[in-house]
Amino acid sequence: MKKTKAIICTAVLSTVMAGAALADSIKPGIVYDFGGRNDRSFNEAAYRGAEQFKARTGVKFRDFEIQNPSQREQALRNFARRGLNPIITVGFAQAGALEKVAKEFPDTQFTIIDTVVDLPNVRSVVFKEQDGSYLVGMLAEMASKTGKVGFVGGMDVPLIRKFACGYKQGVKAANPDAEVFMNMTGTTGAAWTDPVKGGELALSQFARGADVVYHAAGGTGIGVLQAAADQGKLGIGVDSNQNHLHPGHILTSMVKGVDAAVDKTMTDAMNGAWTPGVLVLGLEGDGVYWALDEFNKDLITPEMKAAVDQARADIISGKIKVHDYMTDNSCPL
Amino acid sequence: MYETLILVLDSTVRLSTPLLFACLAGLYSERSGVVDIGLEGKMLGGAFAAGAAAYVSGSPWIGLAAAILVSCLLALIHGYASITQRGNQVVAGVAINFLAAGLTILLGQAWFGQGGRTPQLDKASRFSEVTLPFADSIQDVPYIGLLYSELISGHNALVYISFLAVPLTWWIIFRTRFGLRLRAVGESPAAVDTAGISVGWLRYRAVLICGILCGFSGTYLAIGQSAGFIKDMSAGKGFIALAALIFAKWKPVNAMYACLLFGFLDAVAIRMQGQEIPGIGEVPVQIFQALPYILTVVLLAGFVGRAIPPKASGIPYVKERT
Repeated sequence: MKKTKAIICTAVLSTVMAGAALADSIKPGIVYDFGGRNDRSFNEAAYRGAEQFKARTGVKFRDFEIQNPSQREQALRNFARRGLNPIITVGFAQAGALEKVAKEFPDTQFTIIDTVVDLPNVRSVVFKEQDGSYLVGMLAEMASKTGKVGFVGGMDVPLIRKFACGYKQGVKAANPDAEVFMNMTGTTGAAWTDPVKGGELALSQFARGADVVYHAAGGTGIGVLQAAADQGKLGIGVDSNQNHLHPGHILTSMVKGVDAAVDKTMTDAMNGAWTPGVLVLGLEGDGVYWALDEFNKDLITPEMKAAVDQARADIISGKIKVHDYMTDNSCPL
Repeated sequence: MYETLILVLDSTVRLSTPLLFACLAGLYSERSGVVDIGLEGKMLGGAFAAGAAAYVSGSPWIGLAAAILVSCLLALIHGYASITQRGNQVVAGVAINFLAAGLTILLGQAWFGQGGRTPQLDKASRFSEVTLPFADSIQDVPYIGLLYSELISGHNALVYISFLAVPLTWWIIFRTRFGLRLRAVGESPAAVDTAGISVGWLRYRAVLICGILCGFSGTYLAIGQSAGFIKDMSAGKGFIALAALIFAKWKPVNAMYACLLFGFLDAVAIRMQGQEIPGIGEVPVQIFQALPYILTVVLLAGFVGRAIPPKASGIPYVKERT
């Protein structure tokens, strides 16, 4: 008797919850990756997208910052169990956890950013980082006086190599004789939150003659940009527009439209237009772009702008092909 | 080649400084017989206080004062648990580490709402680089110019303070009455007690000095080397400092060399990443990243010989009663 009661209760509850999910007030959830919500870079872009959505629609969202890898699955399952929908997971490292949890909750709409999870209830948003990095690589080389530029990556993973490879191609396109120094901060999650090491890596590249350095290192990158500003060199920001951090010392930022992607996913879910599948965002439609604003307009000469705009158009039209590191795990240069 | 060497050494000095402060801090505490696993926690607490206070006040010196205050408070908790209450010193130290790791993020989130970090600081509220006299004018002199202008000049004030603290510590420990008693209380507290000197008071003073030095170390991390506090920014440096202390056999000058060695290995790892080595080619990054740890183990295991800690280290003193 008791058992049947419990089953009926659960059934009633789940219908109520399903009904709530169908109504226009959705309950979105976000799980951030290492680095956390306020990394001024990748995760923060996702947070900003959600805030935009909230400001426009008044719909509140819940979010969670993981502290260690075992929390990924817990957090996702917890969100799904509470009936949150859609659930957005930020970062490639969440793929394994998402794959498991998405199968357990087939009615929840999941979205993952930066990698592809092939399941009927998952939307995967990926970016053509190589194209954006190519453009900032060209800018870096044109702004460099020494012909030497640097790159500081966070964790040594294929995604970050993709940034590095695109950047290198852009640098070489602007000047085939240019030298590119490449460093990765580490091989664990801590590589995203180590500004001291980021700063030291940047300093060592400056010491070897580099005068522009591009980072793709989340929170570690704050140290890279700080070192560039302290040394009177130029830094290039990533993921979010970081030009305002050190006006006059940040050449540009390679912005990924993570905020737009998050905002769009939530809006789609609210309008019942959410679809699973892979969404590739590139230069077209500003899925990735290089940032030009009042903080860096004095650093970008008209010639630089013209050259980069031309390259951008050529990449979109297919005239320039930028190699994607992740297709074959190697870089032609 | 010479230039590369100087730049690596320059980086070594910057990376050794937080270790050196923490290592000397541990030295006072352990020489008095109080084992301190909590160096890490005190550094972290100090770093947070420095970042927060420097942001609010706009002055790095107020940041330093706040860091020392917070670090000393944590040291007093450790002291109360392990000296007055005669608790297990290792457990108390671990508790300090947990307390600092949790509290800094919690308070940081509550006060600044930036996920546990403190807001980014501008130049005026950080310790900026000090250019020593004549550094610019002799820059072009071969060898000595570079040595002086890059390696010796151009660090922030805390770096110089840390290296000055080494002879000062040596003098205090080995040449003053306080130092003699400090060493005695770590070897044989009963003898000190018999001589009519308070064991507890001596140990409290040692723990407080430890707190002050950890405050310096945290300040250097947050507002010397970086421009703000970031969660877990001490990243195990407190434990490395502890290893350096054992390595140095609880002696101040050796401690400096040990910290410089660890800093040097770190600097080499950073510097050699992705570089071609003549005759070998490019070495995978992971080897250089593992090198400091491998060398630490090898050196500790084989080359320094037996490290004998102060005899009463880790043992709470119980006054004999008849």
